Amino acid sequence: MSELMQFLFSGVTVGAVYALVALGFTIIYNASDVVNFAQGEFVMLGGMITVFAHAAGLPLPLAAVLAIVVTGVIGVALNKLAIEPARGAPVVSLIIITIGAAIFIKGVTKLVFDKQLHRFPAFSGDTPIQIMGATILPQSLWVIAGAVAVFIGLFLFFTRTLTGRAVLATSNNRLAAQLVGINTKWVMTLAFSLSAAIGALAGVLVTPITLTSYDVGIALALKGFAAAMLGGMGNPKGALVGGILLGLLEALTAGYISSQYKDAAAFIVILAVLFVMPQGLFGSKSMDRV
Amino acid sequence: MTTKTLTTTALTGILAFGLAGAAMAEIRIGATLSETGPASFLGDPEAKTLRMLVDEVNAAGGINGEQIELIMYDDAGDPNRARTFATRLIEDDEVVAIIGGTTTGTTMSIMPMVDDAEIPFISLAGAIQIIDPVQPFTFKTPHTDRMACARIFEDMQAREIMRIGMISGTDGFGASMREQCLSIVGEYGIEVVADERYGPQDADMTPQLTNIRGEEGIQAVLNPGFGQGPSIVTRNYAQLGIDMPLYQSHGVASQGFIDLAGADAAEGVRLPGTALLVADLLAEDDPQYDVVQAYTQAYEAAYDMPVTTFGGYAHDAFRILVDAIERAGSSDPQDIRDAIEATDGLVGTTGIYTMSPDDHLGLDITAFRMLEIRDGGWTLVD
Repeated sequence: MSELMQFLFSGVTVGAVYALVALGFTIIYNASDVVNFAQGEFVMLGGMITVFAHAAGLPLPLAAVLAIVVTGVIGVALNKLAIEPARGAPVVSLIIITIGAAIFIKGVTKLVFDKQLHRFPAFSGDTPIQIMGATILPQSLWVIAGAVAVFIGLFLFFTRTLTGRAVLATSNNRLAAQLVGINTKWVMTLAFSLSAAIGALAGVLVTPITLTSYDVGIALALKGFAAAMLGGMGNPKGALVGGILLGLLEALTAGYISSQYKDAAAFIVILAVLFVMPQGLFGSKSMDRV
Repeated sequence: MTTKTLTTTALTGILAFGLAGAAMAEIRIGATLSETGPASFLGDPEAKTLRMLVDEVNAAGGINGEQIELIMYDDAGDPNRARTFATRLIEDDEVVAIIGGTTTGTTMSIMPMVDDAEIPFISLAGAIQIIDPVQPFTFKTPHTDRMACARIFEDMQAREIMRIGMISGTDGFGASMREQCLSIVGEYGIEVVADERYGPQDADMTPQLTNIRGEEGIQAVLNPGFGQGPSIVTRNYAQLGIDMPLYQSHGVASQGFIDLAGADAAEGVRLPGTALLVADLLAEDDPQYDVVQAYTQAYEAAYDMPVTTFGGYAHDAFRILVDAIERAGSSDPQDIRDAIEATDGLVGTTGIYTMSPDDHLGLDITAFRMLEIRDGGWTLVD
């Protein structure tokens, strides 16, 4: 029993990390149909900038805010410098641009900072919390709470606010959105800055658990992407559920079958889901090919 | 106009030829290291060490009066790139020897190249396959993973630990060390009752550790691996409150590991390390004292960061090579190879090297010192 609890805690911790990355994907996807593979780099930037700002003497909360703001600005720059000039290009080309941007951001980070692994202290200490014979770190609760908060925020944003609906409208049909008076350029800028900021927030929350270095972005982006696909691309609910499900799958496989098959099991389930329902668990029925 | 251009071209050509000629008189040493990529943790201090030592030797007049030119490439831990760079070093740069192969993977891809070209090669990677069976042109400086296992099992025997669990990284180093440990563990009367794995980028190893903890009569846990994995294993170990000795491999032997895992979580962790890590604790009459101190001081002055075991491997490789070229009195690759094989009692940071035709590592198990982490620092166990 306590073993099962431990596996569940592990799964939820890791799953919440994936969910946070997946949530970052949803905004840009909703605004532009582009899967932004630089999302993992935003997470990495959030962690790295916080580490170095903290090391330079800033208090941790201030360093975290700085990291989120700077990453948000980098998101805007990515849109202005790389995505906007290529507007009109097929979605696949835009996705390839984001992969290029990811490699570029990674390279610059390596030069500006360093190549070592880093972490900063957990927000509320490292004393594990005992629940039913299993333990969970306070930082895991921060990550889970962060994922849930971002999910609620995004859900309200897309369903309750005019701006959120403008983002969806832009994605649905850019020309039509423009015709009804939506400033689609501004919507894209907003989407990139928000998405980058969410990524950075994820980085700030997970670094005390997962550690960070300049090259953690790609692995995070891939797992987050898998989670988003599992849940249904573009849907915040899908991102949250997909992420946590993926984490649980990995932890339970590692616990009950073999840690060697952990990644394989997760991907087999994702493939199975996509075969049966190509839109993912919560995706909309009408999908463009990507 | 045409004549002038022609003259200029000719002059430039002569100049370039002359320069190239001058350059040929230098001793060209090649290196391909993983300065970036997943093994940059290892490759970066290695590259820094080589640059520093080459400058040092050149400033002191070079080897046998000849300056050294270091030609270094960054293979980013990619075996394919390492192979390409090795080819370029041999064919275009015409080096007399190669240092490198930060990881076992990159080393293995360089080995056939140097064998074909008959260029001596000193690897900085751990796996035993590099020198067993002995290849005529390949040498290496780090202890093998098998030696690390042996040293750990000796320590376990001394503590009367009979049943252990293993949790290994699936990266090349972790996988290789796991195999070596499993192959010799029986000789020590120790039984491996749990054998778990984790991916190098995994964020949480509590399921594996929970399973290990659940095994009956288990007395200790051993974690072969390097990079972020072992830090997370150590943190999870503390999180689960597992009250058994935890052994790490020499793959984490740096202050960075203690910082990442946290001093509290790392308290009591044991691992086999080198004299370099405990430079401050060495007795002044220790045979390695002078070498370790000199390297530590020079490196810390040059780069303002602590030395690592990995930089120490590069240090030793370079010293072995310089020593060999000096003794050979020639920079012919074949002579250098023969001289390296005759290395005798060369004191390095990792240990004291005595090579032979059957032994292209030249270290024994005593070169490992058992270390324990206490209060966020290293202490010598024995």
